Amino acid sequence: MPEALQAFNSGIPVSWYLILSAVLFALGVGGFMFRRNIITVFMCIELMLNAVNLSFVTFANQHKLVSGHIFTFFVMVVAAAEAAVGLAIILTVFKNRGTLNIDEIDSLKN
Amino acid sequence: MQQLWLIPALPFLGFLLNGIFGRKLPKSVVTLIAVASVLLSFGWVMKVFMTAGDLGATPVTEHYFTWIRSGQFQVGWDFTVDKLTMIMLMIVTGIGSLIHIYSIGYMAHEEGYYRFFAYLNLFMFFMLDLVLAANYLILFVGWEGVGLCSYLLIGFYFVKKSATTAGNKAFIVNRIGDFGFSLAMFLIVVNFGTLDFTQVFSAAPGKPTGTLTAIALLLLLGACGKSAQIPLYVWLPDAMEGPTPVSALIHAATMVTAGVYMCTRSAAIFTHAAVAMETVAIIGLATAVFAATIGLLQNDIKKVYAYSTVSQLGYMFLGVGVGAFSAGIWHLMTHAFFKALLFLGAGSVIHACHGEQDMRHMGGLWKYAKVTGVTLACASLAISGFPYTSGFFSKDAILGAAYAHAPWMYWVGVVTAGMTAFYVWRAFWMSFTGEYKGHGHPHESPWSMLGPLVVLAVLSLGGGFLFNVPKILDSMFPIAEGAENMNLTYISVAFGLIGIALSYYMYVVNTKVPERLAASLSGLYNLVYNKYFVDEIYDATVVNPVITGSTTVLWHGVDQGVIDGIVNGVGTESKSIGGVLKLLQSGNIRSYATWVVLGAVALLIVMGVTAMGWASGLGPAGVGR
Repeated sequence: MPEALQAFNSGIPVSWYLILSAVLFALGVGGFMFRRNIITVFMCIELMLNAVNLSFVTFANQHKLVSGHIFTFFVMVVAAAEAAVGLAIILTVFKNRGTLNIDEIDSLKN
Repeated sequence: MQQLWLIPALPFLGFLLNGIFGRKLPKSVVTLIAVASVLLSFGWVMKVFMTAGDLGATPVTEHYFTWIRSGQFQVGWDFTVDKLTMIMLMIVTGIGSLIHIYSIGYMAHEEGYYRFFAYLNLFMFFMLDLVLAANYLILFVGWEGVGLCSYLLIGFYFVKKSATTAGNKAFIVNRIGDFGFSLAMFLIVVNFGTLDFTQVFSAAPGKPTGTLTAIALLLLLGACGKSAQIPLYVWLPDAMEGPTPVSALIHAATMVTAGVYMCTRSAAIFTHAAVAMETVAIIGLATAVFAATIGLLQNDIKKVYAYSTVSQLGYMFLGVGVGAFSAGIWHLMTHAFFKALLFLGAGSVIHACHGEQDMRHMGGLWKYAKVTGVTLACASLAISGFPYTSGFFSKDAILGAAYAHAPWMYWVGVVTAGMTAFYVWRAFWMSFTGEYKGHGHPHESPWSMLGPLVVLAVLSLGGGFLFNVPKILDSMFPIAEGAENMNLTYISVAFGLIGIALSYYMYVVNTKVPERLAASLSGLYNLVYNKYFVDEIYDATVVNPVITGSTTVLWHGVDQGVIDGIVNGVGTESKSIGGVLKLLQSGNIRSYATWVVLGAVALLIVMGVTAMGWASGLGPAGVGR
């Protein structure tokens, strides 16, 4: 095992990583719920995804199991796809409506 | 292989060609297809007749494919030809060909020329299938098919309300009979395990009488519907709404005799069910008398012959019922000759009078239509049982057998014979003697119509000599022993002659007599003139209750109330539930986000609670790990 990784493993307790992950996730949720700009909301979703990624990697490392890493890759692929589609939608919405305010985009009502 | 399938297939091909392309084809091609297909079919019957050898000893049976296979039960598409079938085949294709030729002239100026011939060919197909069938189910296919064609052709002039109503009436009344036939087939399947004629008939003697009686009576119900016997005869007089060649072919010569054929075919069942036989005889006799009395007073020439047909069919059933199956078939054949001729002659008369059917507006046609007159006279002689005409032999055979069975049946039959002679000659005198009382100028029909009339006239006069059916069918139905009683013959001939003489006196010599008789017996006259009010009685007792019941209970109650109620109720309920749920769909994305978060939190709580349950040992062991 390389030395750097050894230091990473031994130096910092697992709980710190998890707390960081939880904080990031909570920030994501808060932004997701309360921000009005559609791009900010979108970035918050990315933040949540990456917060989860962080906890996946942490647990994978702790248990010495590779499945956590693989999950992370999957999440990254999904996030990339989502970013492509999502940004395209956002662009189209802006072109058609001239706004990025999430409260004004409500044509799905009833 | 005799390729029996060609016999019905040729008319079917004609039907397909004319039915699909007829609208675009010129009239001459339509005619050629229609007539040639039937003539070829007739030719093929003749070919089979010539080459098949002794049909009595070795019937030709051909199996084409298995239609239904279910466990031990099998129904094949099988055709068979024995002597009985051969006689029927010749009648159907022979008379059918003549009537097709006749129709060329009769229908020349009608709308829907190709449609008429397509239906007529389709009828030939089903009728030939019916007589060729080697089991009850194939027979039933033909049986239903001819009913369909009958319906289509009665309602041929579909813009006329009365014609479509008559078509419906025929179809619906026949359903009642077919219901009986279906039940009979079910009983046969249950008791015999097969519908094949040879197997059923060879097993029939060993079955209990009760079963056979039930089967026979149900078959009789079917026959009563198809062959217009009491109580289901009411459709046949109305069926005269169809074109006259149809009346001749379907409602006189062939289809309506299918019931007689079917009963004769099922002789093995009937002969072991004495009660059923007696019922057949009594129904036949009652129908013969009843219809003959109605025929006495009809003024529409086709109605006279229609009731005459019902009455003559009654004779055939009388023959079958007293065990003289071959006599019944003999009368079926001679009746096909002279009744087809009567109807075709009536068609020619109607043609001559420019569509007039009421005999009170005819008269004096002898001067204008001699050929029609002579041929009609031949047919009238034959049906009256004039010595050595065809009707004489067959009617005599039936009446003789009836006398051997029960003398009173003979006497009723003889009186009916007198009435028969009276009404056909009444029709003849009314249309051919005296002064012409109709409109326009009467004219003779073209030779395409007169030709078949002449052929049929020859057959009507000589058919009894040419084809001695009881002798032909001797191997299937042995002729009853017993000396020929010439006295019976003399009596029935005498009654026929009296009938003719009486009609001559009343309608030629002294034409005031009928009016005076009608006035002095006005009650009876009205009763018979209105056909005993049977239609009205049926309306009051059966038709109206069914209509009322259907309207109030089934339509307004069950359909609108229950079924529509359920369907609409489901719709309304879904809508009101949706009305509540749609409030969630606010269109505000942040509210959705909140819902998602709340949902996730709720899920977490549930999972947490469950996990604690497992941890404390309440959950399923081992799942939590």
